[in-house]
Amino acid sequence: MADLPDAGTCYELLARMSLIRRFEEEAGRQYQRAKAGGFLHLGIGEEATIVGTASVMRDEDYLVGTYRTHGHAIARGTEPKRVMAELFGRVDGTSGGRGGSMHIFDRERRFMGGYGVVGGNLPIAAGLALSSEYKGEDAVTVCMFGDGASNTGNFGETMNLAALWQLPIFFLVENNLYGMGTSVERHSAQTDLSKKAEGYGISGERIDGMDVIAVREGVAEGIRQAREERRPTVLEAFTYRYRGHSAADPEVYREREEVEEWREKDPIEAFARRCREAGVLGEREVEEVRAKAEERVTEAVEFADASPEPALDSLYENLYVLDSAAGWYAVDERSPEPHRGEDEERMPAAARELAEAGAAYGGQPDGPRPNPAEQGDAQEGVEPEVAEEGDDSPVAEEVERGDRR
Amino acid sequence: MREALRDAMAEEMRRDEAVFLMGEDIGVFQGAFKVTEGLLDEFGERRVRDTPISENTIVGTGVGAAMGGLRPVVELMTVNFSLLALDQIVNHAAAIPYMFNGETRVPLTIRMPGGGGHQLGPTHSHSFEALYQQVPGLLVACPSTPADGKALLKAAIRDDNPVIFIEHESLYGRRGEVPDDGDGELLRFGEAAVRREGGDVTIVGILKMAHVAEDAARALANEHGVEAEVIDPRTLRPLDLDTILDSVRKTNRAVIVEEGWPHGGVGANLATLITEQAFDYLDAPVQRVTGADVHMPYAKRLEQAAIPHEEHVVKAALAALEGSL
Repeated sequence: MADLPDAGTCYELLARMSLIRRFEEEAGRQYQRAKAGGFLHLGIGEEATIVGTASVMRDEDYLVGTYRTHGHAIARGTEPKRVMAELFGRVDGTSGGRGGSMHIFDRERRFMGGYGVVGGNLPIAAGLALSSEYKGEDAVTVCMFGDGASNTGNFGETMNLAALWQLPIFFLVENNLYGMGTSVERHSAQTDLSKKAEGYGISGERIDGMDVIAVREGVAEGIRQAREERRPTVLEAFTYRYRGHSAADPEVYREREEVEEWREKDPIEAFARRCREAGVLGEREVEEVRAKAEERVTEAVEFADASPEPALDSLYENLYVLDSAAGWYAVDERSPEPHRGEDEERMPAAARELAEAGAAYGGQPDGPRPNPAEQGDAQEGVEPEVAEEGDDSPVAEEVERGDRR
Repeated sequence: MREALRDAMAEEMRRDEAVFLMGEDIGVFQGAFKVTEGLLDEFGERRVRDTPISENTIVGTGVGAAMGGLRPVVELMTVNFSLLALDQIVNHAAAIPYMFNGETRVPLTIRMPGGGGHQLGPTHSHSFEALYQQVPGLLVACPSTPADGKALLKAAIRDDNPVIFIEHESLYGRRGEVPDDGDGELLRFGEAAVRREGGDVTIVGILKMAHVAEDAARALANEHGVEAEVIDPRTLRPLDLDTILDSVRKTNRAVIVEEGWPHGGVGANLATLITEQAFDYLDAPVQRVTGADVHMPYAKRLEQAAIPHEEHVVKAALAALEGSL
């Protein structure tokens, strides 16, 4: 087992993982309260992979993720309250409420996006790496994707291009054993995903993604090879999401016992225990970490709640960069009620009412949120998972007392 | 046209180090249609990059490079192959600026030649102007002359929005005056060209059909005494609808010519916009002349029957004018 880093680093790792855990639990709860809409993919259980990776990246390195990236942004330093505001669809969200849970973005921290299409982030990451290479910069792009993405055409295409052009890129497979509800054995002919890019000349390793220190070591080496040798590699991190694929997942594809088994390897609990046993962190620190996470997440919810909904007249903002707009970019923006025609007065009353009600682009700002179970991500007739009240983080409670070295 | 497009890229590459080219066989092979001829020699492999046959990843890499501060010009060998890259074009290039709320831009130009007439059959003869014009976030250019091709391509490369730049394979050999004053002749997107003035009927044509429209207008004048106004929109997003509407308000009749399929086509869209915006000015239904609603057949006789020609446009214009001549 790899050695623990210094006490300060251990504290920071535990703090980040705990913050993400607490954030995700709260996000799940807020989703059940209909504060957050759409799909919600939680990373509970995957914190060590996320935090371990981000913790060995430089500020100038790019991180590109999937649709499960609340934690990735937070690990990069994005304010949890801005991520929460994005989930709430508010103006202070990371994407001003345009992106939602699957599309978190923070350019300043070089978190270059959550992406909703499986595998869609792979070539984009290659492009970012190419931009660094082209400009003669030192930055490495870390591209994280799930086991499911390894079956997309983008996987083969991007691996080939990355190796061919010797791009400064590092690939990390967050293997949580399921592509949605289909297990790796049932979706990939090659179940050792670290070997899947070997044909392109990209070697790979497998690590325990529940061990934040092992993740740090594996990722640091991968980033080093990308930075110093321009050699892309794949690291397969075994991890596990305790919750469903999304909040609307009935979890018929796995046994309760399996989830319990993985919970016993909880990355946060295990790391806290190890730090305590090694005398690196004490109960005071662990308690402090827990309290701070609680505080920041509470603050995040309050912030998101207080943040205004986007104004309706911002609907077309940022669709285009408009310096010297000639012509009609968005047809209905220039003519928001096209059905009115030339002479509004002569229109039948019913058509006029429709146009006034915004029929042209059907805005429904105050309407109820549709049930995600009806939106196609879940099997028909299945209720979304209901988060249990009091389902608190196992992080701190069971950690015994000890002093930080 | 071919040289005009090449010069546009070369000039922009000389002007801005961030501009580079990526595509299948654009370097050593000098381009499937020889548009990038000589560019590898001048700029080297770093800036003229031959890629594997991986359309979605080529475009996606362009998206990422654009987000990283470069100005990639991606060549997809033909419009047809752009279907393999639709995920990156629609879900990523077009959506990213909006879904990340302007935090990042995608200054990416994607060139793709298309159109029929070369007996290339169903998978190599598409016209997808209608498909791309439908996507918010994209700009769509479809130049018909060498001068416009050069000016629009330079403008596309400098634009901060993702641009779909559609070229017509039949127009590559077309000759025409190209202003040789470097930056002086930058064309703005969203400015239509009135190719011919007339008061009887408005004919709108794009790409190769802009020329067919002009030929038809000459025939209408010579053989039928009809003065047609011919408009080439040059870009479909943004669309210079005002110029088209002004013309229709004057002529009260419109014919739209395109090579693509009729259902939901460029003409269908323009006809709707004209009807919505200038219904009271119309003296006849808007006429459309489109490619046939079939996959492009190989046999020359059938292929030519599937593509609009001058006589179809003349017929449509006369139909619009029926009863008023």
